[in-house]
Amino acid sequence: MLIFEKSRAGRGCQILPPCDVPEVLPAQEDRRELRLHLPELSEGDLSRHYTELAKKSHGVNDGFYPLGSCTMKYNPKIDEEAAALPGFTEIHPLQPEHTVQGCLEVLKTAEQLLCEITGMDHMTFQPAAGAHGEFTGLLLIKAYHESRGDKKRTRILVPDSAHGTNPASAAMAGYQVVSIPSGPDGCVDLEKLREAAGDDVAGLMLTNPNTVGLFDKNILEITEIVHQCGGLCYYDGANLNAVMGLVRPGDMGFDVVHLNLHKTFATPHGGGGPGSGPVGCKAQLAPFLPSMLVEGEETLSFRKPEHSMGEVKSFYGNFLVVVKALAYIWTLGREGIPEASQNAVLNANYLMAQLKQWYPMAYDTICMHEFVMTLSQLKKETGISAMDIAKGLLDWGIHPPTMYFPLIVEEALMVEPTETESRETLDQAAEAFHQLYEAAHSQPESLHAAPVTTPVTRLDEVAAARHPHLRHQFAE
Amino acid sequence: MELREDRKYTKSHEWVREENGVFEIGLTDYAQSELGDLVFVNLPQEGDPVTVEEAFADVESVKAVSDVYSPVSGTVSEVNEELLDAPEKINESPYDAWLVRVTEVTEQEDLMTAEEYQAFVESNQE
Repeated sequence: MLIFEKSRAGRGCQILPPCDVPEVLPAQEDRRELRLHLPELSEGDLSRHYTELAKKSHGVNDGFYPLGSCTMKYNPKIDEEAAALPGFTEIHPLQPEHTVQGCLEVLKTAEQLLCEITGMDHMTFQPAAGAHGEFTGLLLIKAYHESRGDKKRTRILVPDSAHGTNPASAAMAGYQVVSIPSGPDGCVDLEKLREAAGDDVAGLMLTNPNTVGLFDKNILEITEIVHQCGGLCYYDGANLNAVMGLVRPGDMGFDVVHLNLHKTFATPHGGGGPGSGPVGCKAQLAPFLPSMLVEGEETLSFRKPEHSMGEVKSFYGNFLVVVKALAYIWTLGREGIPEASQNAVLNANYLMAQLKQWYPMAYDTICMHEFVMTLSQLKKETGISAMDIAKGLLDWGIHPPTMYFPLIVEEALMVEPTETESRETLDQAAEAFHQLYEAAHSQPESLHAAPVTTPVTRLDEVAAARHPHLRHQFAE
Repeated sequence: MELREDRKYTKSHEWVREENGVFEIGLTDYAQSELGDLVFVNLPQEGDPVTVEEAFADVESVKAVSDVYSPVSGTVSEVNEELLDAPEKINESPYDAWLVRVTEVTEQEDLMTAEEYQAFVESNQE
């Protein structure tokens, strides 16, 4: 039931203090003509409403969440405690800089540490999440080329295994997208990349390890090919969790990176959020960054870079998320950061080694932090698709892996266990996958109906997409 | 897999039917069955140029969004707007649900006959 349906006229709660300043109404012509629909509930009903919603959802606090490419790791409580400190929460973006020096120090320190991890020189915290970071990074590349009078660069190269946001961001930034095929090994086809490289290429967008969970062994050659033709290299930080503290995008030849603090640096993610997608770059691109870079030694202040592209979000982005990420980095420290990545890779390989007894892997080799299995054979034999197995996992209390991605693998399930899961959890998940494999052969019809234990059972996704019911219809 | 003898086929699973210089383009039965139930179609506008082997439209299923590639270079003379509200027609009868008609064609890729396309699809499935 929606909160609007629970609303009763005149009911309310006392969570806001009485207004102690004079009321000022906007001019008549600026006022809304239709009544604003705000739900009216008692505090108790409100509390029950959200508890009910929480019980219907599944997050990392409920159970295993191996959603490939999303790095659904556990979010340590100490990060929340740091971000809840009043010195961080009770600030206003317009208050004088000398009164928020601690907050500026958080931004400056986070910039230094994340630049050290990525091999970049500067970083902006404005972008609100990953795709926003991609867009910002591309505007940075564009501003760089344009500042040199180099206006013929209209194309961005994107491998066919890329996250869908990559071509979308490139198109949003006004670029034409050129898809580069992957070779049989799942890595970038070098010959095809050489053919596509030219003086009209603005840059390449790549994630490494790539979306099939493999580290592209030709990465130095790839970035070299792009640099040779005058393009820049953009690192999608979606998969940094496999390599943080071990290999740096800057050392792989990348000029711009975005990070997903809400993935790799353990800040909450999905539903809760908000996200944070900081963009780092090499020194030659820094003059074009959005404003609010932190500068100074004794006294810190915000600075707008000389040729700034302008703002991509208000003020300094989702600041409290940066506090959480900094708490995470400091908790793990120089030794813990690479160890987390090593354990992420170990967990993925441990689970993959078990699952391949039943499910063929798209690329049967040692993986990085995630792996992709293909269920096309199972579907042919039993009629059970990747979707059916994903739905079946829900009945085991496991969030499904990413489905039907990357697009280059048929009937794909992409599994990323992360480093924060125990061996017992991985063993239980393997058992669930095993039982579902058996059920696919012995009683396939049961899997077509799954899930049966969740608050909502199998949804008609086609009807939902064709006839979406997008908003509540108010009676008046 | 249903095929029609009166059309030519591409490796990216589009069909083409030419009549008096008008090229009708659609998705093959194999394409629609692989994509699954389509829920959204994004088509070009009348008068838009299309370029051989470049995307001119996209289709969205519950699984993914996929580009549709043009087998010819030319100008869009007509768009099947009926599909915008009823993308399921592509699933129901792929060979009637043409996406666009293209005229002023200057170039076309090497197309396959129905028989060649069938062999191509079968070889890919192995």
